[in-house]
Amino acid sequence: MRKFNIPHTFELKSIIELFALWIKQGTLKVNSDWNKDLKIKFTVQDPCNIARKIESDHIVNDLRFVIKTVVGEENFIDMVPNRSNNFCCGGGGGALQAGHTEQRRAYGKIKFDQIIETGADYVITPCHNCHAQIEDMCHHYGGSYHTVHLWTIICLAMGILGENERTYLGPDLADHGLEKEDA
Amino acid sequence: MTDSIALDELTCELKNQVASRVPDANLDLCLTCGACTGGCPASGQYDMDPRKFLRMLLLGMDEEIVKNPWAWVCTMCGRCVTACPMKINIPKFIFNVRAAWPREKRPKGIRGSCDQHIRSGNAMGVPKEDFVFTIEDVAEEIKEEQPDFKGLNITADRPGAHMVLNQNSREPVTEPDEMSPLWKVLHLTGVDWTYPTVMWGGENYCMFLADDEGWRYIMEEFAHHIEHNIKAKVVVNTE
Ligand code: SF4
Ligand code: SF4
Repeated sequence: MRKFNIPHTFELKSIIELFALWIKQGTLKVNSDWNKDLKIKFTVQDPCNIARKIESDHIVNDLRFVIKTVVGEENFIDMVPNRSNNFCCGGGGGALQAGHTEQRRAYGKIKFDQIIETGADYVITPCHNCHAQIEDMCHHYGGSYHTVHLWTIICLAMGILGENERTYLGPDLADHGLEKEDA
Repeated sequence: MTDSIALDELTCELKNQVASRVPDANLDLCLTCGACTGGCPASGQYDMDPRKFLRMLLLGMDEEIVKNPWAWVCTMCGRCVTACPMKINIPKFIFNVRAAWPREKRPKGIRGSCDQHIRSGNAMGVPKEDFVFTIEDVAEEIKEEQPDFKGLNITADRPGAHMVLNQNSREPVTEPDEMSPLWKVLHLTGVDWTYPTVMWGGENYCMFLADDEGWRYIMEEFAHHIEHNIKAKVVVNTE
C-alpha cells in the first residue's frame, strides 16, 4: 500500500499485535497452566516481514509476550540471533515456488541448526511460508521437532482445540485436552 | 614517471536503472567490507553472494547478473541491509534484477501463482463459491461437534464488518482445518470480522515475481473492495 500510494482509510494490523492486546485487556483468557508439568519446549521463527521489514521490534516483542503467556516463560527458548537480526528460514521471497530446491534447503540449513540448538520440541511459525519451509527442512535433514501455527497452541492452552485441528502436533500433544470431552 | 592506468568508460545500464528506481539504495557507497555476505544464508549458492553480486552490478556485468539464478535464491529477507554500514538496499537491487528477467523466463511456480492471483482473485485460484463452501462446511462441523461454539458465525464479504481477515490462500485449500482455531479465538474475543474474497491472500507472488503492475493491480483492487464494499476499519494479516 505504501509502495504504490494506494489511498485507504483502514488500518493494517498483524494478528499477533491483536493477540497481545487482547491478552493484556483480558478479552483473550489464556495461560500456560497446561504446560506447567509437561514442560514442553517451544521456540519461534521470526518472520522477516514483521521482524525486519517494519522498522520496529514491536510485533516480534508482542509475539514473545503471547508465546510466553501461552506456553510459560520457562518453556520458551529463543534462537540466537533473533528478532530483527534473525536469519530468514529460506522460504521467503517466493523461494518455495522458485524451483531451486537444493539451494533453498542449503540456505535453510543455518535455520535448521539453530532450531536443533534450542532443543525445542516445537517451532512456532507465525507465517505460512516459514511453516512450509521449516517443516520441509525437518523432513529433509531428519529433525524431530514439530512445526505449528501460533493459534493452534493458543487453542490448545485454552482447551478448545478440536480433534481435526491437530495435524501438526506431535504424539505428545495429539490427544492433549481431548479426554475431557469423552468423560 | 608512471602513467596512470587508463580505464575504459564503464557502461552500467542495470545499475543506472536500479539507481533511478531506488534513489536511496546507496549502491555506490559499498565499502566491500563483506558484512552482508558474512551474514547471508544464500552466500555460496550458485557461487554467488551479495557483495559479489553488487560488485558485478557496479562493474556493469549486466548480462552475467541477469543470467545468474541467484536472484531467485536470495529471499530479499533484508538481513544484509541491517548489517550494512552504508545501508545499501540489496533486496531492492535483487527485486530489480528479477524485474530485468524476461517475464517468461522467471520461475514458473512464482509466475503461475501471480497470474492465478490476477485471474482468479487469489494465488491458489480458489473460486469464490468454493471458498465460501469450505468455510461454511468447516464451521458447520464445529458447531455440531463443539457445543461451546454453537454461535460461530463465519462470513465472507459481509458489509459493515469491523475487521477483515486476510489469510494465506493455501489454508482453505490444503489444510482447511487449520483455519478454525483462529476462528474460535476471534469468536471468544467477540470480534466482528469477515473474510474478503477480492484479490485476497496474505501472500503476493506478483511481488516476488517483481511484476510491479500485477502487484499494484492486486493491491488496488483489494483496497477498493475493503473501502467500498465491506467498509471495514481494520485489515488484519495472519502473517
Ligand atoms: S555490507 Fe554493505 S558496504 Fe559492506 S560489502 Fe555489503 S553492501 Fe558493501
Ligand atoms: S536479502 Fe538476499 S542478499 Fe540480503 S541477506 Fe537476505 S538472502 Fe542474503
